[in-house]
Amino acid sequence: MNALSHQVKNVSFAVVGTGGAGAITAGSILLEAAGKSGWYGLLTRSVGPQIRGGEAAALVRLSTRPAACMAKEFDILVAIDWKNADRFINAMPVASGGLVICDPAAGDPPKAVLDMDCTIVRCPIGELAKSIQGGRENMIAVGLVTQLVGLPVADVMNVVSSKLGRKGEQAVETGRTCIEAGMKAAADLGKAYTLAPASEQEESRWLITGNEAVGLGALRGGVRFAAAYPITPATEVLEYLSPALASIGGALVQAEDELASINMIIGASFGGRPSITATSGPGLSLMMESLGLASASETPIVVVDVMRVGPSTGIATKSEQSDLNIAVYGFHGDADHVVIAPLSVADCLFAGQWAVHIAETLQTPVIVLSDQSIGQARVLIDKPANMAFLTQRKPFVDTDKDYKRYGLVAGGVSPMAIPGQSGGQYTADGLTHTQRGTPSSTGKDQREQMGKRHNKIESFDFGDYWGVCEGDADSDTVILTWGSMTGPAREALDLLADGGQNARLVSLRQISPFPTKALQSALTGAKRVVFVEQSYSGQFYRHVRSHIDLPFDVRNLNREGPDEIGPEEITTHIRDWKDQ
Amino acid sequence: MNVPKLKASNFTSDITPIWCPGCGDFHVLMSITRALAKLGRPPEEIAVISGIGCSSRIPAYTNCYGFHGVHGRSLAVAAGLKVARPDLTVMATSGDGDGFSIGGNHFLHACRRNVDMTYIVMDNRVYGMTKGQPSPTTEPDWDSALSPGGTGLSPFHPLVIALASGANFVAREFSGNIKGCTETILDAINHPGFSFVEILSPCVTFRPDEKEWKNQVHKASVSETDDPARAARRIMTDDGMNTGVLFRGNRNPYFASVSDEAGDLEPLEQAFEI
Repeated sequence: MNALSHQVKNVSFAVVGTGGAGAITAGSILLEAAGKSGWYGLLTRSVGPQIRGGEAAALVRLSTRPAACMAKEFDILVAIDWKNADRFINAMPVASGGLVICDPAAGDPPKAVLDMDCTIVRCPIGELAKSIQGGRENMIAVGLVTQLVGLPVADVMNVVSSKLGRKGEQAVETGRTCIEAGMKAAADLGKAYTLAPASEQEESRWLITGNEAVGLGALRGGVRFAAAYPITPATEVLEYLSPALASIGGALVQAEDELASINMIIGASFGGRPSITATSGPGLSLMMESLGLASASETPIVVVDVMRVGPSTGIATKSEQSDLNIAVYGFHGDADHVVIAPLSVADCLFAGQWAVHIAETLQTPVIVLSDQSIGQARVLIDKPANMAFLTQRKPFVDTDKDYKRYGLVAGGVSPMAIPGQSGGQYTADGLTHTQRGTPSSTGKDQREQMGKRHNKIESFDFGDYWGVCEGDADSDTVILTWGSMTGPAREALDLLADGGQNARLVSLRQISPFPTKALQSALTGAKRVVFVEQSYSGQFYRHVRSHIDLPFDVRNLNREGPDEIGPEEITTHIRDWKDQ
Repeated sequence: MNVPKLKASNFTSDITPIWCPGCGDFHVLMSITRALAKLGRPPEEIAVISGIGCSSRIPAYTNCYGFHGVHGRSLAVAAGLKVARPDLTVMATSGDGDGFSIGGNHFLHACRRNVDMTYIVMDNRVYGMTKGQPSPTTEPDWDSALSPGGTGLSPFHPLVIALASGANFVAREFSGNIKGCTETILDAINHPGFSFVEILSPCVTFRPDEKEWKNQVHKASVSETDDPARAARRIMTDDGMNTGVLFRGNRNPYFASVSDEAGDLEPLEQAFEI
């Protein structure tokens, strides 16, 4: 891997430094430059257990193919300093034969690094920076990686110019000098991890996080109101939406708690504006009662749950897929609603838009189960297509005599009047109600309205969006997963194929109502099915099992967070199974 | 313009209210519909939002757009609606349990946020719908099955808390004084920002002692003020029975609102291109 002539399809590196050292900026510059050169990749940040701006690391993976998840091990680790590194260094193991570059002035590397099977080289990063007027250590680090990976320096400088441009020409020039100094230092190391050439680019590339993407998707879907209560790791959805909504005539209100935010979006949606909020597990728990209200009152809303490790406060900065149960089954009473899950960072954009489309069309709450692993990852993707959904609520027409807001119409979706429309006045109600909305306690009304709400969702055509089937369609071995685990599973298919083995991937985007027929059909011909999910109790397995029979040899590769299940682990699991 | 004059009956629905005979809420409903008739906007441009409890049944008894939501959250629904639809007249109706206990936090922040809407709380100092438990405004020694011998807790001062939290209009009325209630509700609607009207509304079933309120209430002897500290001092030291507008502030209402324009997404899309 370290031969100068050898080219690799993937390279991963970490830049470590105290807050203010600019490790994240260095990683961001390198990722964006790689995108300009036609490569793919992603960046995640690793912060200490407490968010104090103290310790930070940028973890970056660059790839010739779209990259769905962070590498298990890193080829290069550049340490600007080692302050507090022992708190998080275990999260970035260096690959066997990998390279650690550190500043001798920063002292010895932590024991965890010394114990790694890698080459440790000393490079006077601080001194190099100081030798340049206004020089910064993180830009030296950018130069080091640029050289080692073989990034076109013009693309790196292009990004530096746009990031530092507003600080003046001098700052850009200083940046260039630092990068060149770093490149020269790296060239002297006699090591390289050169990325294979990028594929021909057809579309321009986007650099986006899952949290931004779900927000933009919602705006595409027509959202013009959001209510917000901050919570890790969902806050960026709301911070993205705040100025974005303002720029298109919408509004975001910061609420006093999640009980308020969910009810604010219910109010705004009642007023005719497609509305959204975003939260994580603890917030979703608080919102449950009012989600039921949205279901019973048939008020369209979208709630994005960027899942984190639970239960209770859990681990706020790490990922898990353990809110499936509450999202699907957490409501009291039989409250029909819809739950969907994005399959990747790029798919967050689609899921955001699709969620609004479903909510508005069916007049029901839609929960989007994203998670920290895709929400907070910044990823290079092909420019996403704009989905042309015709999203509209079934309108009240003022010629409707004797208007029944909750009328038992074919398909179950009744016309929804909007305040201001004369003759459409009604009272939306969480109480069991008549077709007009008048509170009722009769069995007939309960049965009729329950059936109406159930049927409108069950009879909706979710189309091909229910999930994806990839890999070898003839293989009898199926990886069955959902949401963000699709990325690692996709990469596992590639790894298996590289080793001459085949498998199929079936992944669900539509979680509830359950896509029974579509999944049964997708599993035709399967003999071995391995469930892959980031949940201690196997929530996804139990959910699937409760809807369909599984006449296969079934295994569950499931685990709680924060230890993410990666492509290698899935691959190994399937190889071992096939060998048996 | 030749607009037909609106009457209170234009604002009542055909649903017969389910309240105990003698309940003060009948009078509050009457006052609300009369105030709306005087306001002059048609019923479809008014939204009445509520939570859970006897008083929260009001929206369906009006001919306006209504939302009867979950317990304690009417102010959040109302705020979302008003920001999303600034063209509407938005009113939230509540009771002392719904508004000050389970909805207490929203009350503080609604006052602070100062969204242009009117909040009417029918205070009967008891949970009526659940058959007689003490609320945050109940006297400490009021005996009940849930809290035998009383809660021993001092009652909450809704008007003072509203002032401390930044409400822009604070008034107290008695349900039996329909004329006074009507005038004050109209005044509250017309005043910009968050207007809070506490209406003493007797629960004749669980608090028969409140039948005496009609003999105890009296018009505030001093005129309204725009000084919240002065208003708070008066309210803290009065007998809790004086009525009328007690405070009228001049804070600017909450700024954000949604426009009818579709908006151009293109710059937002381009921002992600590298």
